[in-house]
Amino acid sequence: MTPSPLTRVFLVDDHRLFLSGVRTELAGRVDIVGEAVDVESAVEGIRNSGPDVVLLDVHLPGGGGRAVIEAVHRTHPAVVFLALSVSDAAEDVIAVIRAGARGYVTKTIAAGELAQAVERVHDGDAVFSPRLAGFVLDAFAGDLPPGASLDPELDQITPREREVLRLLARGYTYKEIARRLQVSIKTIETHVSSVLRKLQLSSRHELTRWATDRRLV
Amino acid sequence: MVAGVCAGVARWVGIDPIVVRLAVCILALGNGAGLVFYLVAWAVLPEEAATDGETAAAAASPSTRRSSELALAVGCITLGALLLVRWITPFFPDHVVWPAVVAATGIGLVLARAGDSDRARWREAATRLPGNPVEALRGGWMVWVRVLVGAVLLIAGIGFFLASNEALGAVGNVGIAVLATILGGALLFSPWVARLVRQLGEERRERIRNEERADMAAHLHDSVLQTLALIQRHADAPQQARSLARRQERELRAWLYDGRSSREDAPGALATALDGVADEVEADHGVAVDVVVVGDCALDEHVNALVAAVREAVLNAARHSGAAEVSVYAEVAGGRIEAFVRDRGRGFDPAAVNGDRRGITLSIVRRMARHGGRAHVNSAPGEGTEVTFDLALEAESQS
Repeated sequence: MTPSPLTRVFLVDDHRLFLSGVRTELAGRVDIVGEAVDVESAVEGIRNSGPDVVLLDVHLPGGGGRAVIEAVHRTHPAVVFLALSVSDAAEDVIAVIRAGARGYVTKTIAAGELAQAVERVHDGDAVFSPRLAGFVLDAFAGDLPPGASLDPELDQITPREREVLRLLARGYTYKEIARRLQVSIKTIETHVSSVLRKLQLSSRHELTRWATDRRLV
Repeated sequence: MVAGVCAGVARWVGIDPIVVRLAVCILALGNGAGLVFYLVAWAVLPEEAATDGETAAAAASPSTRRSSELALAVGCITLGALLLVRWITPFFPDHVVWPAVVAATGIGLVLARAGDSDRARWREAATRLPGNPVEALRGGWMVWVRVLVGAVLLIAGIGFFLASNEALGAVGNVGIAVLATILGGALLFSPWVARLVRQLGEERRERIRNEERADMAAHLHDSVLQTLALIQRHADAPQQARSLARRQERELRAWLYDGRSSREDAPGALATALDGVADEVEADHGVAVDVVVVGDCALDEHVNALVAAVREAVLNAARHSGAAEVSVYAEVAGGRIEAFVRDRGRGFDPAAVNGDRRGITLSIVRRMARHGGRAHVNSAPGEGTEVTFDLALEAESQS
């Protein structure tokens, strides 16, 4: 047996029905190396199977997707996470991104797009849903308050990044954005990765608030 | 050194054992205080071993063991600290230090057992809420012995202090003795009071949680279960089933995140209106409408016109494009609203379309123009369609 050329993917979701649905949808497009339904088994399974990408549900019994990312990254910092959830709440999305996920997509995403998103995070790029792009635009709206002890490099997005985010929020794909702005897809990916980095490290008030406001449900 | 006392103390305090050992050695060489400290600590420590044996054998909760260690640590730290203070300053003569040490050890012992009064027993007796520690401690004679020894040590410490202190002795006042005893009692009982308060709080939280759960169950029954039943009946009509599912999803989302929306500063006027548009079109046409709104503003005549125009464009996309999904994006920034309605459907050539589509397009463009805004339709066959809207806020349409 030769090693599979497909991306090795680990699925984490507490809804078995959803797990089997994703497994069927992704069959043939990626190599699914394992599944888990809670935080503890997910951390163990990921450490044992060493996947390229983990498709991670935001809501999980035992601490949520964030706990999985934090635990796995302590020992295996190279594992890449793509968050997947029905929740569109800023608190959930931002929290899991700031914990280290490389992207966020909603569960209604089509199979082809999901496989594409997996490849994209595997290649080290970021995946933004229109909703996430909207959150970022909201959070980075306006100038930095004067006198704030913020890092302008981290706490502000460039006009070009804003342009890319707006197109993402309008439902454009990377390819469409690249064509529209007459740059390469790689350039768009660089912009989005840069925004992801700011999203994870910035101390903008909205981001820190969203990242800490955990909801009950 | 001999009995592992230093290592134990170091573990509680969280520093290197060597530091503790050095300190004890210096104290021992200095005036013998270190030696006394070591012996007293040793006398206390075997109790920990016994406790460990008990809990380990019963595979009891680690918290039990921890609190007992913690209490012993309190005793030993007080002891060590007092001895150290006594060694470096002349203000603490023997007859202050030793009573304090004895009392601290007593408190340590009692606290240790307080920790051991199993949470399980508390939970089981949660409604009875024992008024005194003794009731909570009906678990084995060992507990009794320890509490007794601790209390005796504490009282002896206080008594010793009163008896040996010349100034207080001279007063010979019963009041002070009573006061001191009450103080000792308060020290002894405060952990239980604190725990009582905490447990009451936990109980209340649990009750609130239960009420919330009941609320949620009622809601789920009224909406989600009904919709699921409807979906099952429409299983052979995927379009209808999908639109039912989408509508329920939207409703549930609104209910779940109601009042905790990320746009809490403004009363979500524009965003709510656009969500309403999406809701309506999804329900009527079975097309998914994704709405992303950045910023928000209140509705006025002109903003309402924009919402109506957006609705027209979304409806148009739902009816004619053939796409299963329509994206709506609106941004309020810099005194203006920009909105985009996009689909990946079949598209058309805006310059050469039949009357019907032209009519719709014109109605959108004219409507916006009447309110001082602009609309533009961007489309090409096979490319999908995007309608862009632009409206200056508080613009005077008559000017």
